[in-house]
Parts: sequence; structure tokens; C-alpha cells
Amino acid sequence: MLTFTTRRLLLAIPTLLFISLVIFLLLEASPGDPLGDVPLTVPPEVKERMREALGLGSPWYVRYVLWLKQFFWVEPLYWFDHVFGTQFSAGMQRIISFQSRSPVFDVIAQRVPQTLTVVGFSYLVGILIAIPIGIISAYKQYSWFDQLGTFVSMIGFSMPTFFTGVVLIIIFGVKLQWFPSVYDTTLEVRDWNSFWAQVRQMIMPVTVLALYNAAQISRFMRASMLDNLGQDYVRTARAKGLSEKTVVLKHVLRNSLIPVITVIALGLPAVFGGAIITEQVFKVNGLGQLLITAIHGNDIPMVLTLTFIFAILIVLFTLIADILYGILDPRIRYD
Amino acid sequence: MTETRRQHDLSVTETVEASSVAAGITPGLPPDDPLHAGGETRSQWRDVWRQFRSHRGAMVALVLFVSTILFVLVGPYLWTIDPTYVDIRARNSGFSVAHPLGTDQLGRDMLARLMAGGRVSIAVGLTAMIIAITLGSLIGLVSGYFRRMDAPLMRLTELFLALPLLPLLLLMVTLFREPLSQSFGPAMGTFILIVSAIGATSWMQAARIVRGDVLGLKEREFILAAKSIGTPAHRMILRHVLPNVLSPIMVAATLGIATAIITESALSFLGLGFPPDFPTWGRLLYDAVDQMVMYPWRVILPGLFISLTVLCVNYIGDGLRDAMDPRIRGR
Repeated sequence: MLTFTTRRLLLAIPTLLFISLVIFLLLEASPGDPLGDVPLTVPPEVKERMREALGLGSPWYVRYVLWLKQFFWVEPLYWFDHVFGTQFSAGMQRIISFQSRSPVFDVIAQRVPQTLTVVGFSYLVGILIAIPIGIISAYKQYSWFDQLGTFVSMIGFSMPTFFTGVVLIIIFGVKLQWFPSVYDTTLEVRDWNSFWAQVRQMIMPVTVLALYNAAQISRFMRASMLDNLGQDYVRTARAKGLSEKTVVLKHVLRNSLIPVITVIALGLPAVFGGAIITEQVFKVNGLGQLLITAIHGNDIPMVLTLTFIFAILIVLFTLIADILYGILDPRIRYD
Repeated sequence: MTETRRQHDLSVTETVEASSVAAGITPGLPPDDPLHAGGETRSQWRDVWRQFRSHRGAMVALVLFVSTILFVLVGPYLWTIDPTYVDIRARNSGFSVAHPLGTDQLGRDMLARLMAGGRVSIAVGLTAMIIAITLGSLIGLVSGYFRRMDAPLMRLTELFLALPLLPLLLLMVTLFREPLSQSFGPAMGTFILIVSAIGATSWMQAARIVRGDVLGLKEREFILAAKSIGTPAHRMILRHVLPNVLSPIMVAATLGIATAIITESALSFLGLGFPPDFPTWGRLLYDAVDQMVMYPWRVILPGLFISLTVLCVNYIGDGLRDAMDPRIRGR
């Protein structure tokens, strides 16, 4: 197990390097100019100096290696200093956003909590809905509950989140006026009133994302339960007189959860990607919204860093899924 | 009657007699040419179709999907208002005889725009799916069939799977929209860009499925038999391997249409799709979001079309998967 993990971790390094290179070169090949908005009255030599100041003067491979150094060396050092009060990173240049002229990671750190509360919570709710639905519809296969569950989950992942979101806003935000349609990120939870306001504004985005996630996970749960319900050990458990509850909830459920947990781990980074759209619908100023404004504003360091963080999440969670599978299922041997 | 023919008949009678003595029944030999022997023939695709018809949801979905396609293809010939015709005096009108589904903020007819938008959305979905499936099957076939290509191609697939797709798609579309629009015109340029971007980022699943199936097929006897009579690699793939992996490819293709339609409308929704005067379902939805408080139908209609089409395609894919699974078929 340990050798497998080490090997996979070592393999992840070239993968991530390659991905960062792809994103970097894609940005490099783009015709967009970060100085495109500078007025034409600015003389060319001044413009050239501005370009130098943004670090655009040197050839692309120099800038790529510089960015790598900043991402993997300067930024961790800076956070280390921040935590332990040391001075290792003094005088080192951090990754600076073209738009806000402040370090990219500071901006990201401001945005992460919003995304995490909405996305993380919706994923949790989605899982909590999906697993019971999957269990019941597999246990009562072809019953009306199963048919309904299949139909609803089909609808769930056929309706794009930007449509369900907008429909929810029209119904509950505009017509019924139950929930605010715009997510207010300046809201601080201090007392019960503000807590209630926070809950109210989270209900709609969380519902949209949770429905979408629950639709997919419940299908996996159902298929996995069905696989296990037909196994011999289930018959044995019933034959030795265990109650139906013990058979289903202890024996079958535990075994069926193994593949579902890996699916949940694999889906987590995709949720961050999908949240880009939901954040746009509900005007949550999280990571997705940050990425879109950065793309529109030709903010190359910001786009590069954010996209690369998404890539790290994907690689990391794929690895976690594989390791979890090995830990949970002793039949799986990686060596 | 020629000599060979006579000889053949003679041998048939002899065999029938000989075997009838042994077996006690004489139905005659099986016909020489079983394909034209009369009676009901059962081809694989007819079996698949028969199984598919018994999946009620998939049949309803197929009918709905075909009618959506007819609506966007034939519709514009029956409802001849130009979708880009601006009638500013009739703007924001509700459902009426002149405009059955109302008009938008510039007085353009919504019915005509929905038809035109559907054409583009479905065309994007189909073309992107064809690109993705061709690429995926090719890579899957090559890496499954040629052992030397397997490791590098699968590493490539894993690399692509690790890419953050939506951010990358957003990036590609924003960065390359301008140059492509200049060389192919705004509509065609965006179409090429979106279709190839979606195709290039969604072939991985198909490649993995195809590779797995090819690896399993390679162990079968008929492949060994074909190899032993010296079949060259290209004929091996085209005649023996490809037809046998066609069913997973078709299922993946159907589901690919759904993903491509959703991705295109998501891009349009983020304002990164087709230019404004060029309607697609996603673009119509995006344009209407600003005024959704006053005119909610303008948001709901394109959204319904997207969801319905995707739902139909998903159901068809589900039905196809069931119909093509030989373990279920024939039950």
C-alpha cells in the first residue's frame, strides 16, 4: 500500500507539471494582451516599461520556470513564515494578479470560504439524500419508489444547473419572495437573525447543486446495492436467521458503499468545476466567479494559478479514491 | 444440369438417407444458403430494435427526440418569420396569434428563435459527439489492439482526465474566439471552435470503454482463428474487432450528445458561446436572464427545450444500453 501510494505520488508530479505547461502554453498562444486596455495616448516606450513591470519581457520558458518557482517554493515559504513568524520568504516575489495588483493567493484565500460553504454543504446534502434513496430503490427494485427515483434522477442530471437555478429564483425568489435571489457574501453570522439570513440565502444554491449530485450518486448507490443483494453471502446471512435490517444495513450496505465512496471522492473536484455555473447564477463571489472575471480581464497569473489548483484537486482526489478503495476493500491488491 | 450440380444433389440424397437411418428423423439437410432460405431471419440489429421497443421510457424519448428534430428542421419552413428580424414596436409581447410564444426585448419572434437556436444546439451536440467518439474509438482501438501503443496512449488519456475541463473550455473559447471569427466569420468560427473544444475534451470515456472491450475481445477464439489465417491488422480491426465493440460505442455516443448540448449551453450561459445575433438555446436563456422577473417564460422555454432534449437523449442511451446487453436481450 505504501509503495503504491509513493509511486502514485511520484507519478502525479510529471502529470501536474505537464498540465501546468499545457495551461501556460494555451495562455501564451492566446492573442489577448493584458495591456490591451491601456489608452493609445501612452507612448510606446512607457508601454514597454509597463510590460517589463508585469514580467512579460522575458521569453516564455523563463516565465514558466519562474511561475513554477513562485508556486511551489515562494508561496509555501510565505505561508510557513505566516504561521511560524519566520523570515524565509523576505524579499521574494509572490505571484501577483494583473488586475488587482495583489498576491493571487490572498485573493483566492478570500474567495475559498464562500465556495466551500456552498459547494461543500451541497455535496454533503446530496450524499445524505442519495444514499437512502439508492438503498430503498435497490431493495425494492421495480417498485413505484424505484421507478419514481429513476425518473427523478434522470431529470436531475438532464436539467442543467443554470436552468434549475433560474427556475428556482423565479419561483421562490421573485414570485413567492421566500429566499433572496442574490447571495450576500458580506453577511457575517453573529446572532440568530444573521444565521437565519445565511441559511435562507444558502437554501437555493445548495438545493440546485445537491439535486444534481444526488441524482448521480443515487444511481451508483442503487447499482452497487443491486450487485451485492444477489451475492451468496446475503443468502447465507438470511439463512442463519439474521434480521432483514441487519442483512441490508450491516452486510449489504457496507459492501455496497465501497465503490460509492470512491465515486464520491472522484466527483468532488468536478463539483468545484460545476459550481462555476451555479455561482454565476446566484452571484456567489467564490472561486468560479473569480476565474470568470480573470478570464475576461486577461489576468494571466490568476487564470493560470486557479486552473492549476483545479487540476491539483482532480489529481489529488483521484489518488485519494484509489487509496480509499484499497483500504476499504481488502480484496484489492495494488502491489 | 451440369455435372457438379448432379454430383451435389446425389451427395445430398446420400447424406440425408445415411443420417435419417441413424437419427430416425428426416427433415432434410439445412438449406445451402441459409440467408435466403425463407422464414424469419434474425439479425443482431433487429434483435436490438425489438428489445429497445420494449423499453417504454426509451420509446417515448425517441418519439420526443425525433419530433424535436423535426421541429427545428422542418419548423422554419412552416413558420417563416426570420429569427433575426427586429420589430421594435412588437417588443416584449406575450403569447398571441402573431407571435405564439411571444417576442423578446427587440421584438424578435421567440418561436422562430427557438427553432433556429435548436438547430445550432443540436448541430453542436451531434458534431461534437462525432468528433469525440471518432477520437475516442480510434485511441481505444489502437491502444487495446497494439500492445506497444497501450501504455503511452493510456498515460495520455489519464493526463486528459486530470485536466480541469470546464475552466479549460472557458479559456479556449475566450482566447481563440477572435482569430477564428476573423478567418471563418463569427458564426462559423465560433461553431468550429466550440465543437472542436468540446470534442477534444470529452473523448476519454469512450477511449477507456473501447480499450477495455478490445482487450477482452483479443482473448477470444475467433480472433485467434482470424489471425491464424493471416488476416492483416487493418482488416482485423475493421472486420472483426470494430463491429464487436460497436454497441458500447453507440451507447457512449448517445450519452455524448447530451453532454455536448449541456456544455454548449453552459458556455453560452456564461456569455462565452455564440455571438448575440446568433441564437442557440443556451444563448436565448442567457439573454433572457436579465429580464426574468418581468418575462419568466422567455427563460423557461429555452431551458425546457434543453432539458427535454437532454432527458430524451439520456433515456435513449439507457434503452440502447439495455437493448445491446446480450445478458438482458431475449428475455
